[in-house]
Amino acid sequence: MQSKEEILDQLFELIRPYSEQPIEFSEQTRIMDDVGLDSMKVMELVMQIEDHFDVSVPLNILPDVNTIGEFANHLEKLLQDS
Amino acid sequence: MSILLDKFRLLEDKRAALVARSGEDPFHVVVEKVVSSTEAVVNGRKVIMVGTNNYLGLTFDPDCVAAACKATREEGTGTTGSRMANGSYAAHVALENELAAFFNCPAAIVFSTGYIANLGVLSTLTGPDDVILMDADCHASIYDGTRLGSAQVIRFRHNNIEDLEKRLQRLDEKASRTLVVVEGIYSMLGDRAPLREIVDVKHRYGASLLVDEAHSLGVLGEHGRGLVEETEVESEVDFITGTFSKSLGSIGGFCVSRFSELEHMRYAMRPYTFTASSSPSLIASTRQALQILSRGVDLRTKLWDNATRLHRGLTEMGFDLGAQISPVIAVKLPVEGDPTIMWGELLSQGIYVNLVLPPAAPGGNPMLRCSLSAAHSPEQIDAVLRAFAVVSEKLQLEHQS
Repeated sequence: MQSKEEILDQLFELIRPYSEQPIEFSEQTRIMDDVGLDSMKVMELVMQIEDHFDVSVPLNILPDVNTIGEFANHLEKLLQDS
Repeated sequence: MSILLDKFRLLEDKRAALVARSGEDPFHVVVEKVVSSTEAVVNGRKVIMVGTNNYLGLTFDPDCVAAACKATREEGTGTTGSRMANGSYAAHVALENELAAFFNCPAAIVFSTGYIANLGVLSTLTGPDDVILMDADCHASIYDGTRLGSAQVIRFRHNNIEDLEKRLQRLDEKASRTLVVVEGIYSMLGDRAPLREIVDVKHRYGASLLVDEAHSLGVLGEHGRGLVEETEVESEVDFITGTFSKSLGSIGGFCVSRFSELEHMRYAMRPYTFTASSSPSLIASTRQALQILSRGVDLRTKLWDNATRLHRGLTEMGFDLGAQISPVIAVKLPVEGDPTIMWGELLSQGIYVNLVLPPAAPGGNPMLRCSLSAAHSPEQIDAVLRAFAVVSEKLQLEHQS
């Protein structure tokens, strides 16, 4: 079972290539507003995250995901349930 | 101004900047006069329309026009009611029966638009315990249908069988409660789903399959039944949706299924229940067009001849095209250039095509999207090619500077 910190570190690495400017990533970093992903890129990212963690990530969670920390929370739960 | 409208300012600023650079406004195209199924007056210029999805050119077919006029005179301009209330006329039911017979299916439902058909089916067929596994390049109506419903939604990479299979495998026992959704011909690039392989995968995992034949109805298959007919998998595809607003030249949508129980879903679909049904004229012209489509081998031959002529010419000019020969031909433009200028250049040369900008353009390149019609003459296709030759020169100059 992966800890939330481990999940977060992997998320930072997966999201970093999308960032046009070098920014400090934290749990509070907002995926769209701070990193600059548009809705299409967010869906691309979801597919990458699915493949990286080998877990299904329904798009239905996206309205509740604003920050990287919130994504990590959802992912932690999805990994537990899988 | 209402504070509620503030959030659209950024969008408007972007539009204004594009228009200022190119002098053309692709977002406010007004067809001032329709001349024929392939010609119109746009922005004061007579142009050849090469972006209408009017694949068989039936919008001015004399029999379709006569049927629409007759129905208006006899049954009025609108039904003023939903299919569930007073809006199911005998002709709506007759069209459903004719569609079912055309597809060799036991059940068919007619909707007011193709968008509404996908909204109704995608939102209702699957529930909270089910999964929709859709090709990433699916049309907005499919995305919106999933958002209206309660199923879990997962995407697979466009036309990628390994990616589809990996995701089905990951779903484990939920795979048997999964609806895989693909399109016959994808609207932006004009490429086809690898349907034989998709059917094989769905069988292996016990999933269901829906194919949206919006751009392939009347275009593919000996009888025009789309990619499902062409691939010879008609008995293996569970649901087909489509539209009347392309090859059938009117407005409306449908779903057919190899399962007669599709009928049970009819009154559970909000987009079916809570909107007015199609007007008598639309139903009448669609019924007529369906007859023409089903025996329209000559129209399909003309359409594909036109597609081949344009595809060959554009390829010879060195354009990067989205896919193999198809009635949808997407010319990819460089990311760094100004696509609006190229689109405006075509318009000034008398050619209207669709300008597709990211994020609507798959892959991120802006595109000049052409759609062919059986009604185009070879001379019109040659005129389109001459206009693209001018664009090609401009692009080369842009690249050099």
